Amino acid sequence: MHNNKLRNGRGALAASVLVGIAGVAADAYADVNLYTTREPGLIQPLLDAFTKETGIKVNSIFVRDGLAERVAAEGRRSPADVLMTVDFGNLIDLVEKGLTQPIQSDVLNAAVPEHLRGKDGHWYALSMRARVVYVAKDLDIDSIHYEQLGDAEWRDKLCIRSGQHPYNTAMIAAHIVHHGEDATREWLRGMKENLARAATGGDRDVARDIMGGICDIGVGNSYYVGLMRSGSGGPEQQKWGEAIKVILPTFEGGGTHVNISGAAIARYSPNKDDAVRLLEYLVSDDAQKLYAEANYEYPVKQGAEVDPIIAALGELEVDPTPLTDIARNRDAASRLVDEVGFDQ
Amino acid sequence: MPQAGSSTKSVSISSDAPVAARRLRWNPWLIVSGAVALGVAAPILALVAIASAGSEGLWSHLTGSVLPVAIRDTLILLFGVGLLTALIGTGTAWLVAAHDFPGRRAFDWALLLPLAVPTYIIAYAYLDVLHPVGPVQTALRALLGIDSPRDFRLPDIRSMGGCIFVLGFVLYPYVYLTTRAMFLMQSANLIDVARTLGAGRRGVFLRVALPLARPAVAIGVSLALLETLNDIGAAEFLGVRTLTVSVYTTWVTRSDLPGAAQIAIAMLVVVVLVVLLERWARRQRRYANDAQHPRPLRRHRLRGGKGIAAAFACALPVLVGFVVPAWYLVDQTIARVRFAGISRAIPAEVLNTVTLSAVATLLTIVAALVVVYAVRLGRGPGPRVLARAASLGYAVPGTVLAIGLLPVITGIEGVVDTVSTSVFGVSTGLFLLGSGAAVVYAYVARFLAISAGSLEAGFSRVSPSIDAAARTLGAGAGRTLFRVHVPMLRPALATGALLVFVDCMKELPATLLLRPLGFETLATHLYGEAIRGTYEEAAIAALLIVAVGLVPVLILVRLGVRGEAEAGMTVSARVPADRSESRERVRLQDS
Repeated sequence: MHNNKLRNGRGALAASVLVGIAGVAADAYADVNLYTTREPGLIQPLLDAFTKETGIKVNSIFVRDGLAERVAAEGRRSPADVLMTVDFGNLIDLVEKGLTQPIQSDVLNAAVPEHLRGKDGHWYALSMRARVVYVAKDLDIDSIHYEQLGDAEWRDKLCIRSGQHPYNTAMIAAHIVHHGEDATREWLRGMKENLARAATGGDRDVARDIMGGICDIGVGNSYYVGLMRSGSGGPEQQKWGEAIKVILPTFEGGGTHVNISGAAIARYSPNKDDAVRLLEYLVSDDAQKLYAEANYEYPVKQGAEVDPIIAALGELEVDPTPLTDIARNRDAASRLVDEVGFDQ
Repeated sequence: MPQAGSSTKSVSISSDAPVAARRLRWNPWLIVSGAVALGVAAPILALVAIASAGSEGLWSHLTGSVLPVAIRDTLILLFGVGLLTALIGTGTAWLVAAHDFPGRRAFDWALLLPLAVPTYIIAYAYLDVLHPVGPVQTALRALLGIDSPRDFRLPDIRSMGGCIFVLGFVLYPYVYLTTRAMFLMQSANLIDVARTLGAGRRGVFLRVALPLARPAVAIGVSLALLETLNDIGAAEFLGVRTLTVSVYTTWVTRSDLPGAAQIAIAMLVVVVLVVLLERWARRQRRYANDAQHPRPLRRHRLRGGKGIAAAFACALPVLVGFVVPAWYLVDQTIARVRFAGISRAIPAEVLNTVTLSAVATLLTIVAALVVVYAVRLGRGPGPRVLARAASLGYAVPGTVLAIGLLPVITGIEGVVDTVSTSVFGVSTGLFLLGSGAAVVYAYVARFLAISAGSLEAGFSRVSPSIDAAARTLGAGAGRTLFRVHVPMLRPALATGALLVFVDCMKELPATLLLRPLGFETLATHLYGEAIRGTYEEAAIAALLIVAVGLVPVLILVRLGVRGEAEAGMTVSARVPADRSESRERVRLQDS
């Protein structure tokens, strides 16, 4: 008797614990769940605007590395609806690992140009950023090719972040598509010789190091220029932004290398309809304007305007190399970086 | 050497197992210990499975262009940090333990402060402070009348030297903490004997105190080196490409997870071999003192110039490892609050950080206690192997461990969900990832080694004859543990708990990958800001990590100072004729 009671008591306890747990789990399933490698501070204003307009709440988790591994491990139970990354290589990875699902959306197809989205609607670019060159203010130079960054002219004068960073491997992969692996190896060797300091840190460090006299020339993303010069990063960074001159470089016979931030719908998305609504909202005029004004990115939607600070950098002529070609050469680019000891 | 001589004649109780425990082959302690070891080893086994998927052409690429430099740089970094932490940690510990000089009481605890500063924060801080456009070089140029930083610059901190410098100055407290405790416990008798036999103060330090403190130095340095080896924040930020960075690149940039797992496992094997080698090297030595009436060390008073020099030597690590970065963070925080106010999410993040760390610390301590006690109870190599397995998590980089944990966690969730759905009709979904339990699991798996090490050291100072007495008087193994050992182990428990707590608070990669949706801790907030390059905003979170981390460090100090004295007294008072049958013994003639 006593034993029975105890057993029942235990059963009830177990059940209530499980119900409690299920409650926690169910809570996470409501609304739209966003897994993102995008810095949360950059994306939050957009999500807030979406919630304000639609009443749909967005739960987000910022994961830098291992986003694909986590979604894959969660499998069918995954609460993930939208997967967002800041590098097309990572986005295409998600598709290739079978973690996404195709969607049909006339809104998205109309807003995003064909070369900035995946076949069958597996992924969509939401914004673009150019890989540009920062030079010291007093340098007499107005244009440059990426290829020239390896020239002996810049010996001990170049600053750049790690060659293994996705922004750089994408740029190097684009160089491979243009000129082949051997020429790229030589180019990287030249750049390695030119380094004024270890290839590390972030793109803003490049501007600060130019101001600090460590280097004369460097490579960084376009939106950092807006973030620094607008003063939204504080008065210190405004000085760094003012200390540099920005050039939109081009590949010889090509254009300026761009990367994207983009998103896909997760394969087992429990709230697919609302998730698609979120993506559609992100390419709306309002959201594209926010991308441009708050993040200083290039909108993907044709006709959407860029911020004046970014417009002042000059006319962007996007390199025509397809993003998928670049993504295919990412691995080779990363190996070349190791081969020439770029980061060492 | 009378001490060594007398101990060989003492009653010999087997050092491995109290007599009463021998009969118990499959005791519950061993079973729980096995479960803990399995829990920690599970992610590593998962990594082995991932690694076995194979990675085409990886090793030829690695041996050709990556490994030669990565191994060289890793070794230089480890050697540099090892040397620096050993010098600072042991030197300052000997100064404050055996001497008296102006400010000694304050330095006694202040030397621990850098523990609260995560490596990635100190790296950011020093890059800013020492940058050509930062305060130090700007002031220097003004002083020298130089206008442009192009004409005069100090060497860049983004280098091997800079990395050794910042890591050395935040990691030395591991050595200081363990070594200081050892110096304080060393009986004055040994020192007196050495003095009587004609040794000078230097001779006493080099030939008696230091050799006796060797296990403490070894434990401290190995903790510091494992932190260094697995560090990704500071090393990567300062441009030093260690093997861990190679693991990371292989996985993240080349999407080659099996390859990354292979490198990580190869590193783990090397680490385990080195640790075993060090243990083997001191296999027959014993470090517990044999004195019948241990007296605390008499402090030697340093006067005049010597006293000032000692104070300066202790002030330097505190300044470099704590005061400068903390001052920098306060300065940046003030600038930020004036510019943009404080994020409203901060209080919730503090609560999340403290809750996760506290729960994980409690579980870690309990698990470590069981594992270490099972070693004391058990016979044969079984429990010892389990204890080693339970400590493996600390030898794997946090990011890699988190990746190994993912399939383990979702596997458990899958089984529970299936059972619950069929039995109760309730789906539990991802109850571990969704509740933060996954993060706690990661913390326990990763930091068990720290508390186990601390408890092992604590247990080794308690004579097995005490167990024998308790058991003879009828107490079972559990009662002996809770009524006899736990009270005596309080300092070791506190040290272990607080080190684990501070480490949990600072932990980043596993927290980032395994936390629930919409759940931020101070470390993840800080990282989100830092990756955007908004260091000033990040400064608030960083300052809070340091501030919250200070609380346990200060508790550690209070408990530590009182606790050691108490522990020493307890053992000697209750067992006045204790012959200290500890596992290892020192033969003074060896040194």
